[in-house]
Amino acid sequence: MTAVLKMEGITKRFSRVTANDDVTIELQKGEIHALLGENGAGKSTLMNCLYGMYQPDEGSIYVNGEKVNIRNSEDAIKHGIGMVHQHFMLISQLTVTENIILGLKSRREPLLDLKNAEKEIQKLSDQYRFDVDPRALIKDLPVGIQQRVEIMKVLYRKADILILDEATAVLTPQEVEELFKVVRQLAKEGKSIFMIVHKLEEVMEVCDTVTVLRDGKLVGNVKVSETSTRELAKMMVGREVILDCDKKPCEPKEVALTVKDLVVTNKHGKNVVNGVSFDIRKGEILGIAGVDGNGQIELSEAITGLSGYKSGKILVNGEEVPHHNTRNFIEKNVSHIPQDRQHTGLVMEFNIKENLVLQKFCDEPFCRFGILNQRMIQTHAEELIHRFNIKTAGTDVETNTLSGGNQQKVILAREISRNPEILVAVQPTRGLDIGATEFVRKQILEQRDKGAAVLLVSTELDEILSLSDRIAIIHKGKFMGVVVNGEVTIEEIGLMMAGIKKAS
Amino acid sequence: MGNAKVIAKGNFKIKPDMQKIFKAMLPVIGILVGALAGSLVILAKGVNPVHAYAALMEGAVGSMDNFASSLIKTIPLGLTGLAVVISYRAGIFNIGAEGQLQIAAIAVTLIGTQIRGLGPVLHILLCLLAAALAGGVCALLPGIAKAYKGFNEIVITMLFNYIAILFVGFMVQGPMKMKNQYYPQSAPLFPSAKLPYIIPHTRLHAGIILLIIISIVTYLVLFKTAFGFKIRAVGFNQRAALYGGIDSRRVMVVAMVISGAVAGVAGGVEIMGVHGRLIENFSPGYGYDAIAVALLADLHPIWLLLSAFFFGALRNGASSMQISTGVPVSFVYIIQALAVLFVVGSTGVPRFIKKVRRARKNA
Repeated sequence: MTAVLKMEGITKRFSRVTANDDVTIELQKGEIHALLGENGAGKSTLMNCLYGMYQPDEGSIYVNGEKVNIRNSEDAIKHGIGMVHQHFMLISQLTVTENIILGLKSRREPLLDLKNAEKEIQKLSDQYRFDVDPRALIKDLPVGIQQRVEIMKVLYRKADILILDEATAVLTPQEVEELFKVVRQLAKEGKSIFMIVHKLEEVMEVCDTVTVLRDGKLVGNVKVSETSTRELAKMMVGREVILDCDKKPCEPKEVALTVKDLVVTNKHGKNVVNGVSFDIRKGEILGIAGVDGNGQIELSEAITGLSGYKSGKILVNGEEVPHHNTRNFIEKNVSHIPQDRQHTGLVMEFNIKENLVLQKFCDEPFCRFGILNQRMIQTHAEELIHRFNIKTAGTDVETNTLSGGNQQKVILAREISRNPEILVAVQPTRGLDIGATEFVRKQILEQRDKGAAVLLVSTELDEILSLSDRIAIIHKGKFMGVVVNGEVTIEEIGLMMAGIKKAS
Repeated sequence: MGNAKVIAKGNFKIKPDMQKIFKAMLPVIGILVGALAGSLVILAKGVNPVHAYAALMEGAVGSMDNFASSLIKTIPLGLTGLAVVISYRAGIFNIGAEGQLQIAAIAVTLIGTQIRGLGPVLHILLCLLAAALAGGVCALLPGIAKAYKGFNEIVITMLFNYIAILFVGFMVQGPMKMKNQYYPQSAPLFPSAKLPYIIPHTRLHAGIILLIIISIVTYLVLFKTAFGFKIRAVGFNQRAALYGGIDSRRVMVVAMVISGAVAGVAGGVEIMGVHGRLIENFSPGYGYDAIAVALLADLHPIWLLLSAFFFGALRNGASSMQISTGVPVSFVYIIQALAVLFVVGSTGVPRFIKKVRRARKNA
């Protein structure tokens, strides 16, 4: 039997970096095929070669045994290859149908043919049990359904090969389940699917075959039924990894941070944090679980002074801090690992040593009478680079030449070296590979054990569950509940993330 | 630092030294390409480019007199260029150097013609102070509007330029016009308010020293002080600066005021060193050329001296070239424009590469 798709000997170089090195991969009809690997392993590059975004330097692509030349995404679609992007490309003010037919020629050019399109989309929805109303506006749909619209967009263009790029990243556990159902249904109907994934559990649950990439090279291609998470992790990283971090029991002391009835509005005047109250004690980690965009970022920015708030109170060690002033929070020893390292946490054009004193450059010993003490700044940088094992050619290297993991280490080094009393960590391991993730998590736990109060915001439930002592679940700017980690099931948390309160 | 060790898995870096040399060469390449493209224009006019460029060089640096003339033009270009550098480093695009320079010229003329009996040192200092103050005040409003209210500073400062230029015209036609004079010009400054000539038999005035001092001070402030750290942080990334506890908005306003003050000094120096009185059109748009000067120098206050001299010499030499070969002055704009494009492009291209690299890294 010939494979539906075969990519043979694909090599893709970017100047001196080889992103894909002689990768060969086959996709069978009706197969769910996982592409697994750390950041920078070359998964997306490979799929971008398939979808025509990049041209491979070597190697060839065969669809149904026939050699094809894919120069752009139009070619890809012509050969029945469709891609569902991680970030949705939907226009929220338009209906499902309008979004799906966007960019396609209508049969009644120059007029639109919404009626027939609607009928076809309804048919599609029924066939795959998508349960999507073609006339619904995108903005009224939950994220999980929006993703189905993205998938329908691809199917409507007659794709037989689907590429799902980290499709579960933005979903609640329940929505992930739903997505998996959809994917299985697609496979049953004869579609072939590539899934780019980070999480081992997802591979085990839904995929048939898994291809592991590391440093651009093919490490292995195994049947999921014949492997284990442990083995896959080893293939990914190239060494044994400890999947769970061991954590000492929590020893909470006095209250360090109090938030009372906090209301934060966005620039449109909408309440995005809507009356949230909580305490964090020294020596404990409060995790905020929630689907992206439910107010957790705004909450963390108000607590660090990056943004103002409408009403409520923020007390650090019992004292109220004037809001919308980062300086006040810095002086109260509040450290902040922001979610967006490139736009908030770092001045990318600064060199490493400058970024390492971003809050302290005005203070002794780094500055005297307004003049910077370059030698102290240099020594300080050398110490932190050593202590946090930041991989760089020197302290003068511009920060934007570092890899994402090392950029995050620069922030971590700076924020932790300030010996924070309160540490606000937002998505601290986003985009990091397993090794770097392990490192960051260890550092956060160490801060807790040293007596810092930690607020951890993460959309990855795994991270919340493995680090937090207590978990607050946020939905539409409100806490659905604050629970002690270990006393509730993951399903209960998932329901609360979706806005369904547990009957109590 | 010399070793080009791989700094992170899946990432690489050109040797920093090589990168620096490459970057430093770009303006030179730009100028050469500009000159080459200029040759075509000259050829089209039926003139031998070698002759034309020889005339240009002769006019720019061929004699002490010509060299001094080039330097005289360098002074206002350099000072306004520094003004642009200072504001741009803080993330504000001050297109208003021209207007700030014009208003400062009025202030200087008032001090220079109305106050008598001061010694030269005191009078000159007072005039410079008035120039800086006038320029600073002109920049204050756009600075506040930009930093606190999010107005577009480019539009505000540019429109203000027209007001300022026309206001100078009004002043010299009316209130400040010298009595019993046909020409629209003010009374001459008292000798005590004039900048001294510093090279015998030339008109090169002490403004050049002022330019060098301000350029060095700007460099030191930007790169060696906490305030400079703030300016650069805000200019690169306002949000990250705020995150670092810097009051971005205040820094922007202060930088803008300093920028205006330096532009004002440019106007004052031009009146005190060259014209000796206020006239219409005393600036052929120095404040606009300043933007190109600053960009060619890649916003570096020391390189800026070279960049300003290049522009000054080109302008000065072009006049001689026009006289001896008939190639119009305006053709030097081609050289200028291409040189600036190369420098601006050189910052754009690595950024583009970075973007691609970042996109790939998200693999």
